[in-house]
Amino acid sequence: MTIPDTSVASDSLPDINLMPARSLVLWRRFRRNRAALLGLVLFVIVVLMAALADVVTPGDPLRNAGPPLTAPLVLAANPLGTDQLGRDIMAGIFHGARISLIIGVVATLISIAIGVVIGAVAGYFGGKVDGALMRVTEAFQTIPSFVLLLTLVAIFGSSIQNIVIAIGIVSWTAPARMVRAEFMSLRKREFVDAARNLGVSDVAIIFREILPNALPPVIVFASVVMATSILMESALAFLGLGDPNYASWGNMIGQGRSVLRTAWFCSVIPGVAILLTVLSFSLMGEGLNDALNPRQKK
Amino acid sequence: MSLPVPPLLTYTVRRVVQAIPIIILIMVGSFLLIKLAPGDTVDALVGDMGGADPAFVARLRAEYGLDESVMVQLWRYMLKLAQFDFGWSYVYEQPVITVLMSRLGNTMLLMVSSLMVAFTFGVTLGAIAAKRAYSWTDNMISTLGLVFYAMPSFFLSLLLILIFSVKLGWLPVGGIRTIGAFKTGWADVADVARHLVMPTAALSLIYLAFYMRLMRTSVLEVMDLDFVRTARAKGAGGARLMFHHVMRNALLPVVTLLGLQFSTVLGGSVIIETIFSLPGIGQLAYTSVVKRDLNTLMGIIAISSIIVVIVNVVTDLVYAWLDPRIELK
Repeated sequence: MTIPDTSVASDSLPDINLMPARSLVLWRRFRRNRAALLGLVLFVIVVLMAALADVVTPGDPLRNAGPPLTAPLVLAANPLGTDQLGRDIMAGIFHGARISLIIGVVATLISIAIGVVIGAVAGYFGGKVDGALMRVTEAFQTIPSFVLLLTLVAIFGSSIQNIVIAIGIVSWTAPARMVRAEFMSLRKREFVDAARNLGVSDVAIIFREILPNALPPVIVFASVVMATSILMESALAFLGLGDPNYASWGNMIGQGRSVLRTAWFCSVIPGVAILLTVLSFSLMGEGLNDALNPRQKK
Repeated sequence: MSLPVPPLLTYTVRRVVQAIPIIILIMVGSFLLIKLAPGDTVDALVGDMGGADPAFVARLRAEYGLDESVMVQLWRYMLKLAQFDFGWSYVYEQPVITVLMSRLGNTMLLMVSSLMVAFTFGVTLGAIAAKRAYSWTDNMISTLGLVFYAMPSFFLSLLLILIFSVKLGWLPVGGIRTIGAFKTGWADVADVARHLVMPTAALSLIYLAFYMRLMRTSVLEVMDLDFVRTARAKGAGGARLMFHHVMRNALLPVVTLLGLQFSTVLGGSVIIETIFSLPGIGQLAYTSVVKRDLNTLMGIIAISSIIVVIVNVVTDLVYAWLDPRIELK
């Protein structure tokens, strides 16, 4: 699969010197995919919106900022209009980008971390450890993740920290299976035997020797986890089960639902924002996949 | 393979037996979750009564078995679950299993229709895209797939409602039947079908995108294989080559994904059923969370896990049927 890349990465010493060259190669391959570039541009726009939220639309995005249900492009103060409580939609979009990104990144880190540890231990040790961990993984895969998410939020409360942790808890299974599969194929390779014969500890073999080689597909998959995390948070917020103290795109759509007949823009504008953000992750994920697995057929 | 039935039977039994530890794990997990939740049944009861003296509370705890050790409680909980006794729903004033069963049919209807739509259209569009790979049609289908994939189901639902209910007035906004119409026979079926059009479309679109992309890759891969070249050399072409030789093999990963994703689709029904006020398990999950009806919530987890396990076993059987190379051992 990724033999040319991994052989470079696993040479432990010259690795650091090769890093810039390698990332340059990856960037060249990524750049070749025009859709991926579009994804990158969209992603940069979302990041800029999140970073500049307090500059472009200062103040609390949940405050009354104009006459209720103003249509877009009518008032200069509310270029994207206002909702039924007079909250500025543009402020909601900018501050919502922040929440979406934070939730996407942190929940993905949590789920990948859990997935890597469980998948690595299961794949490396095999046998009974693997059997037990895989049963747990299957149990988590069997429960519909959104139902589990609702349950966790119902029990532990819907503060933003709890939501992020809960999303991480319901989405680690796929990365775990991926890491496990990689570990199972890598653990019998010669470089692992060599490390073991040198007396390297299991923990060091797992994290220093095998993990760097097992990571590329997981990094690509992280973009998918990020997209689904954002979708999950917005779905929760849409149902009114999110953290009410933060502006969230899902919540804006949910609130706009009651004025859908008269003021469609209240839900359509944040809906398009989610759509484009998720799209940017999928497009970038594909570009990353092409860059990391250049031999794979399209 | 002189006796085709026994291996199939033993295989099915084995798969079911393998699923038992997973179900038990889920049950233990849901019990622990209830224990972690702040407040127990007695707290809720006493809260409803507006307070009670400590001796009475203690007696209630003893009556509900809440004074026993956690292990004893777990054992009792498991025994009850084994008899499909999920406890009492304090919101619906009915046993949880009665509430669940009255709503299961609607959810299953939504699941089956959505997955059928997603599968049929996904596989067809994917195969067309692969057949004309890198053409204008292919690009069109692939782009559409990316947009479908990124579209949140609740947003799509609102758009559909806005267009087909509010603007055009073609389809009902929600519910499973027209209230007060009391239609029978085929009129009733048509009525339910009309109510299911938008929920099905909203729930299936993202999976349609998944199956389409997977089918496209899969057909492209299979078309390069030797046996397809052989078939072509022997004169098979056009429809026969596509359906008999390519599609059947290219379907394998799609079937796997269909089984794997069933639990996700079930989770997605929470949002769709809530938006379209379809009285199913998903909507029940939402109201249980809002009303903090934990018994019902745990019942939903249990019943949906059992359904997912059954679907997974069926998927494996379909897979084995599609791919004779797989030995049923």
